Amino acid sequence: MIYSGGVDVGSTQTKAIILDENCRIVGRSLINTGAYVTQAAERAFQEAAADAKILTDQVAYVVGTGYGRYKVTFGNAQITEISCHARGANLLFPNTRTVIDMGGQDAKGIRVDENGAVKDFVMNDKCAAGTGRFLSNAAETVGIGLDEIGPISLRAKKQVRLSTVCAVFVESDIMSYLAEGKSVEDILGGVHSAIAARTIALVRRVGIDPEVTFTGGVSRNVGMVKALEEKLGFPVNVCDDSHFIGAIGAALFALERATAQPEDPAIPAAGQVSASAPPAGA
Amino acid sequence: MANEQLIMPEPSGGSSPKKAAPVPPKEEKKSEYQGKMHLLQKDMIGRYYDRLTACAEGKGGKAAYMMISGNPVELVQAFDMIPVYPEVNALQLAVKKTSLPFILRAEEMGYSIDNCAYVKADIGMYFGGRKTAFATIPKPDLILCNYVGCNVYLQWFEHLQEYSGAETYNLDIPFSRTASGEPTPEDITYVVKQLEEVIVACEKLTGIKFDYKKLQRIVALSAETGELWSEIKKLTRRRPAPFDAYFDSVTMMAPLYCLRGTEDGLKFFQEAYKEMKEKADRHEGPLPEEKVRFVIEGPPPWPHLRAFRDMFSRWGAVAVASTYSTVGGLWEFGFKHDPQRPLESIAMHMLRWNLTNRSMLQRYQQIKSYMEDWNADALVIHSVKSCRLFSAGQGDMREYFTKDLGIPTLMIESDLEDPRYFAEAQIRNRVDAFFESLEHKRMLAAKH
Repeated sequence: MIYSGGVDVGSTQTKAIILDENCRIVGRSLINTGAYVTQAAERAFQEAAADAKILTDQVAYVVGTGYGRYKVTFGNAQITEISCHARGANLLFPNTRTVIDMGGQDAKGIRVDENGAVKDFVMNDKCAAGTGRFLSNAAETVGIGLDEIGPISLRAKKQVRLSTVCAVFVESDIMSYLAEGKSVEDILGGVHSAIAARTIALVRRVGIDPEVTFTGGVSRNVGMVKALEEKLGFPVNVCDDSHFIGAIGAALFALERATAQPEDPAIPAAGQVSASAPPAGA
Repeated sequence: MANEQLIMPEPSGGSSPKKAAPVPPKEEKKSEYQGKMHLLQKDMIGRYYDRLTACAEGKGGKAAYMMISGNPVELVQAFDMIPVYPEVNALQLAVKKTSLPFILRAEEMGYSIDNCAYVKADIGMYFGGRKTAFATIPKPDLILCNYVGCNVYLQWFEHLQEYSGAETYNLDIPFSRTASGEPTPEDITYVVKQLEEVIVACEKLTGIKFDYKKLQRIVALSAETGELWSEIKKLTRRRPAPFDAYFDSVTMMAPLYCLRGTEDGLKFFQEAYKEMKEKADRHEGPLPEEKVRFVIEGPPPWPHLRAFRDMFSRWGAVAVASTYSTVGGLWEFGFKHDPQRPLESIAMHMLRWNLTNRSMLQRYQQIKSYMEDWNADALVIHSVKSCRLFSAGQGDMREYFTKDLGIPTLMIESDLEDPRYFAEAQIRNRVDAFFESLEHKRMLAAKH
């Protein structure tokens, strides 16, 4: 059996996936990235291999992705999470044409073709509005755990309208609503709605075609899933592994390369440097 | 910030879970081309800056401040004045990584964080003694605002006037209002009349009587220089392009603006053409292999030029045309100074034949022509925070090229002067993802 690995080193969390040659997920792990990026990548990979009940040596090819991809020093190649999310979404939801990825610091829109290749993409720029960081700041301000804000937001009766989508100034906005006596449910409802609107405006720049697959850490937040669906007017694809889609895509690229025939010039075989080799000095 | 985190030292003792040796970073041949042209540029621009320093030290010469956009340098050369471009000085500060202290100084004076950082670096430098790593910049004797399409330019020069008390002339250049960009006869007369007023001002300032024949000789030198520059730019239509039309063109832009209309300027472009033509004939490019040909819109991120260039080089991507190199003039589309009609041709240069005086639709046409005639695969838009004149509308431009023309287009944002706006990890991510998707498309195309 041939196994491949994908390690997605995000700004907040590191995700690792082991695939077998039939594209089945046989191992996964999720840890906080922290300050030591290479160690986080190694640990996530080891834990995913342990979850798959295999030795790391049995993994034929590893692709690193995410902002810390060049720190996946044990990996064979690095590919951006934009390509990996597109590919991963295609495996789990083959009719995906648009990916909305909301991570710790990033919000992205990716247009995808029927093969899971990227047609176009757009990202937030130097602004944390629409990212996990915005939600975690809001959660902190209302004194509720990040995992709880989504379900609580669903109980909103009359959402407040935020005056800002700035991840820093949202705190003072929330404080003033709390001082006015607005309920936490209505405030969190407003937070989710504002971020969904902002993200959809961003993604519309590349066009939104169904099916839409929601990926990244924020996809675990049911409040955000609902807020996006309300704004879009149709359901979005989301599943238990949505958080892992970048790592799954990376593992798919790895599997493709591990199983590539030597005569196929388009796909570098295992051990060869990919087009996205790390830059000198990275 | 993410990038800072990535370069933190790792604790020792981390073991690799895989026995396979890590893949070493791919060695790229350094893309910088250091030929005769570069040496000549260094020497000539070095001498130009020596003139500026001498002037600043009171050893002679009158400094005429001008804007790059369609600059009428010929007129200034006719009175033996030294052309000084605050934009060129500002970008030099950025390239030498010395812009930030001057930007901060201007912000301390009250310039907003949202002001153009070229302005802030220049004003900060002005009040910082005008001493730089490359020259001491003279105070202006004449402030000639030759482009008022950008209100920031106008106010920049008005501020300099307030600080220096120098003679100031704002040339009012009517913006291109027709689809073809052709100015009306009245537009030309209007500008020529103003140039005549500038001539009177220059006579008074320098004590030199205007010599029409001398201006004709200067304009003739400009005509020849412009033609060579145009021919050089056409060489990048070849495959491989003999030089990078963005990163290497900037080497040729300083001589084009500071030395145009002089024997030195002409000599530089003769040498540059010869060298680039030979390279083209030998099928030599700036990279070992030209894999992607792209057109680029927008000014470079000067404080991080090397890092930015490397992001493209490692994908084998070469710029075959750039709009930025046409801010000072659009010679490759047929413009040529006319020594028989020197003032009219200077007026035409300012009215019609420079990028910034053109409408967005003309800018689309220019890029479209580059895509087609220079056989490019992709368009890259570098949007800069400082320059709203240049950046406004680039979102629509991206839509036009991706959706209407189906051209793969990458849009990235940083700044031309302020090093704080260059988020390397984010920009690298976009560049990598863009070239990955291009590669993927090619792979699929090769299979079918």
